[in-house]
Amino acid sequence: MTMLKTLAPYEFKSRDAVENYKGRQLLYVNWERHRMFSRPFVLAMKPETPFSAVLEEMAACFSYHPDWQHIDWDKAIWQNGNTPFTPDRNKTLAENGIGHKDLIRFRTPGLDGIAGTGY
Amino acid sequence: MDMKVAKKLGLKERYSLMTRDLAWDTTYQPMDKVFPQTTYEGIKIHDWDKWEDPFRLTMDAYWKYQSEKERKLYAILDGFNQNNGHLSVTDARYINVLKLFLGSTPPLELMAARGFSMMGRQMNGAGPRVACQMQAVDEYRHFQTQIHSISNYNKYYNGMDEFAHQQSRMWYLSDGKSFFDDAITAGPFEFMVAIGFAFEYVLTNILFVPFISGAAYNGDMAAMTVGFSAQSDEARHMTLGLECIKFMLEQDPDNLPIVQRWIDKWTWRGTRKLASVGMMMDYMLPKRIMSFKEAWEMYVEENGGALFKDLARYGITIPKCFSQTIEEKEHVSHQSWIGFYMKPQATPFHTWIPTPDEMDWLSEKYPNTFDKYYRPVLEFFDAQEKAGNRFDNKTAPMNCQVCVSTMKFNEPGDPMEMCFRESIYKGEKFHTCSDHCKEIFDNEPEKYSQTFISSHQVLQGNCEPDGTDVNAPDFKPGQNMLDYWKLDKRALGDFNGSEDQKNFAAWREQATKN
Repeated sequence: MTMLKTLAPYEFKSRDAVENYKGRQLLYVNWERHRMFSRPFVLAMKPETPFSAVLEEMAACFSYHPDWQHIDWDKAIWQNGNTPFTPDRNKTLAENGIGHKDLIRFRTPGLDGIAGTGY
Repeated sequence: MDMKVAKKLGLKERYSLMTRDLAWDTTYQPMDKVFPQTTYEGIKIHDWDKWEDPFRLTMDAYWKYQSEKERKLYAILDGFNQNNGHLSVTDARYINVLKLFLGSTPPLELMAARGFSMMGRQMNGAGPRVACQMQAVDEYRHFQTQIHSISNYNKYYNGMDEFAHQQSRMWYLSDGKSFFDDAITAGPFEFMVAIGFAFEYVLTNILFVPFISGAAYNGDMAAMTVGFSAQSDEARHMTLGLECIKFMLEQDPDNLPIVQRWIDKWTWRGTRKLASVGMMMDYMLPKRIMSFKEAWEMYVEENGGALFKDLARYGITIPKCFSQTIEEKEHVSHQSWIGFYMKPQATPFHTWIPTPDEMDWLSEKYPNTFDKYYRPVLEFFDAQEKAGNRFDNKTAPMNCQVCVSTMKFNEPGDPMEMCFRESIYKGEKFHTCSDHCKEIFDNEPEKYSQTFISSHQVLQGNCEPDGTDVNAPDFKPGQNMLDYWKLDKRALGDFNGSEDQKNFAAWREQATKN
């Protein structure tokens, strides 16, 4: 239950409501145990965008890491938030069940960053 | 004829006449309508006269003391500037400390001045009203003197001239802005706990002592003098914050759970805000004072711990976040520096990789964490830079909905894993960086669902020149960010090879050789 106390009615829209993105939605992407990138990155994409476009953005950012070229894509483990899922690169974000402000967490077993530090 | 000499007023009488005696109860309007804000937060005050004025200072004495301090301060600033004091700092990397400080601190002093002006209007009691008015003037003075001391550097070095424009726009300044916006939009009692107590009492020493000592250690007499000039005001501010906490707790037992929740909330929000102080101490000061970890132990664990022991008699317990802050003291400065290092095109100050002997200092100061988690990646960055492939992460960040820090902190107990927390409010997801920020969100989701997150604003098309079509096929959000931020291109990039580095070396050569 909210603990907010105000002098007058207090109703405002969320600043990041999906309608503010003009047909796009927010998506966060994190490569787990590769903290060199400091934090997940954010994208705004239409729900009908194929998941392969997310993979392209991941490559553009993450390929700076020497682990990138060693990824065994068949072993990659994906989560949407805390829920495991298997993305289909040819299907859209919507078809992959990805909604506004979802966080994709991408794990690559056996690859734990520079010298195994998680970075 | 005998002359009748009026007795000189004692300090107490004089104070009473010049403060409380000037106040009155309104009659045209009821008092609770004139002071509507002191009741709605749920804090119960039965007798405002029980407020003990922690320092008996009248306005005339205040002006006298402050003007003496100003005269001394500006004499030293003039001397420092006329003697090219900027060339006496340890090394040009130090100037980046001033750039970081200028963007993040004076604008918040101004917000504190505004906040305490509001308190000076809203508090029912004359005692707290006068104290808040004086603190408002102090905060305004700090805002001005900090800018004045740094303005001389602005004549010679890049990246300082647009700090006021950048304050409400730059990604890395959002955490501080959000901190004060949150406090100032709360009620007056919460503001007093947030700023008067949690910030000014529990955490101020870990911001100012490292900054002032850092300035002194690195030959910056200008910033050091500003710090000392402000420090005597800080003692008064700390007393006011503590008095306010005690007053609320003594007035009614129902106030305890409310005050405790605010202490928990604001100690955590302040801790998050201070992550960048850690990186200043451990990475940016060429000559270091002590590690952030050591400072945290001294100023927060020991002094803060003693303070909470003292407040235990009122029923106050140590803030819930305390144990997490103790775990994080070994990590946050390194995590912050990596977060800034990887964005060379998005800050008005330079970053760099520590030299080998600086890395050894970090290993010695952080025996549990530096070699295990942070040294290998910093050495990787260093090798990449030397090979002409300096790290530049061009992506936009994910931020915490409450503290607005980038989501860069580790899961408690596991430094290799990121920490993510999530809440759902009215069908929308909200992400937070920690259990403590999640709890703050969940307590008041109406407020935090409005948080201004700069990377999201960019993607909404709100950080573009007028007339940009965000649905155009070739639209790429963020391509005009340098213009939007008014970032000076000379201020960007690694310190190595920067104009500041070259100029400082050339001018010092001229100043010291024939």
